[in-house]
Amino acid sequence: MTTENVVEVRQLRRSYGEFEAVRGIDFDIRRGETFALLGPNGAGKSTTIEILEGYRRRTSGEVRVLGVDPAHGGLDWKARLGIVLQSTGETGTATVREQLRHFAGLYPHPRDVEEVIAAVGLEEKANTRISKLSGGQQRRVDVALGIVGRPELLFLDEPTTGFDPEARRRFWELIRGLRDEGTSILLTTHYLDEAQQLADRGGIIAGGELMALGPIDELGGADARIPIVRWLDRGVLREERTHQPGALVARLAAAGEPERLEVVRPSLEDIYLSLVGESAAEQLEGSIA
Amino acid sequence: MTTLTPAAARFAPGRTIRLGLSRAGYEIRGYFRQGDTVFFTFLFPLLMLTIFSVAFSDGNFGTTPDGDPVTAAQYYLPAMLAAGVLLSGLQNMAIDIAMEKGDGTLKRLAGAPLSPVSYFIGKIGQVLVTALLQAAILIAVARIAFGVPLPTDPQNWATFAWVFLLGVSTCSILGIGLSGLPRSGRSATAVIIPIVLVLQFISGVYIQFSALPEWLQRVAEVFPLAWLAHGMRSVFLPDSYAALEPGGEWNLAGIAIVCGIWLVAGLVAARLTFRWIRKDG
Repeated sequence: MTTENVVEVRQLRRSYGEFEAVRGIDFDIRRGETFALLGPNGAGKSTTIEILEGYRRRTSGEVRVLGVDPAHGGLDWKARLGIVLQSTGETGTATVREQLRHFAGLYPHPRDVEEVIAAVGLEEKANTRISKLSGGQQRRVDVALGIVGRPELLFLDEPTTGFDPEARRRFWELIRGLRDEGTSILLTTHYLDEAQQLADRGGIIAGGELMALGPIDELGGADARIPIVRWLDRGVLREERTHQPGALVARLAAAGEPERLEVVRPSLEDIYLSLVGESAAEQLEGSIA
Repeated sequence: MTTLTPAAARFAPGRTIRLGLSRAGYEIRGYFRQGDTVFFTFLFPLLMLTIFSVAFSDGNFGTTPDGDPVTAAQYYLPAMLAAGVLLSGLQNMAIDIAMEKGDGTLKRLAGAPLSPVSYFIGKIGQVLVTALLQAAILIAVARIAFGVPLPTDPQNWATFAWVFLLGVSTCSILGIGLSGLPRSGRSATAVIIPIVLVLQFISGVYIQFSALPEWLQRVAEVFPLAWLAHGMRSVFLPDSYAALEPGGEWNLAGIAIVCGIWLVAGLVAARLTFRWIRKDG
């Protein structure tokens, strides 16, 4: 295993009794990159990320996080990680500043607490008890606690749930800043635009299997991104995938103006939905057979 | 990895203790900000002492060898001190940890570079400080508001000190063990408070111990609270009151043995069973 990869996962499996939540997945995260793990609820995302964080055991396979097996990660290993859990529900009596100072004290090289408070936009709430904050503000405290220890690798499990669009944009800026400082990031999110904005590479997981893996702009393969031309031909909706949509449109137009003509470039969301849909269909077939 | 050696050096035992003390400060501040814990664990014995002292002010609690009557306040002070140790130690610890398990606090701490030892130093530090303050307030109110005579013999205060410290340690450790009992943070108070309440009723906190049936006294003597109350009575009641105790004397060795056994058993159980989170959950 090389030190260029901060995360290495080989044939990772996790079953709960008969149920296989993760069915042999492989991926790496390179040092300094932001990697998005995408997938519907129950796909195995959270199980995977919690195995990497050391919270859950794996059934089989090899996992290295910062060169260490997370099942045996000690305090010095934990000091190099930042973890933003999916949901905490904590309603502490500490104020934002007190909580951050306390957690900063647990790490050997923490960031400056005031800078972190400013980075998540909570300057005006620094002396407010966390229990008195709104859900979105509490979420920003979670993110602040995740980065205050100056982690080499940051886990962000659905970090922007409950954010308004303005807060989400600011969060994106924050994450880009961390990336520029060299922080490696593993992000899970339901918002595909978020993955598109932040991630260098990503994987789509569904039914416990990795359906696609690669640079975020190439996920699903080149074929999935071939533009689609749609038009109405004598009352029948037709579509054709082509690398030369302009030529096709010109040919159609030569025979008269086509009705309801459109040229579509599949977005990450289209590709995601088609991959996740395939997996659901396969599982359905499997369960019937 | 070249960074491993200096990193490992930073995680020396001194760090465990330093972070434990930092946790203690954090926990104490949090404790006094929770209105319900301050009332039900911190002020509750004081409230009960006040109620008993006023309600039973005409009651007969015997006399000192000099012929002075023992007041209700003097009679109940040792019982309430023992109850305070139980509430601040066992009840507070068990409910607190169960809630922290439920609300994700422990999961967050599990992901931070914090040793469970530091966490427990923080918890026990919080219990020790709050229990000490609580005892000081109880004794001060008993002396100032109800005129309870306090022991003058340093020997008595030495007994108070070790019974108090042993009691706080034992109750804290047992609280850690009991924190695993509630299935969720929400049910923590509903599960723990009845246990604590029953223990107080059978151990001579609210009801005179000598008035209980003998078989119930034997049952209560299995648990530490009856012994803590016994020890506190030996400090704050006249020596002649030993005649009312089982065996007719102050049995300080019994306190050390029973509490000591619970302490060691509790430590072993806590070491074996405590997990930040259930790993296979």
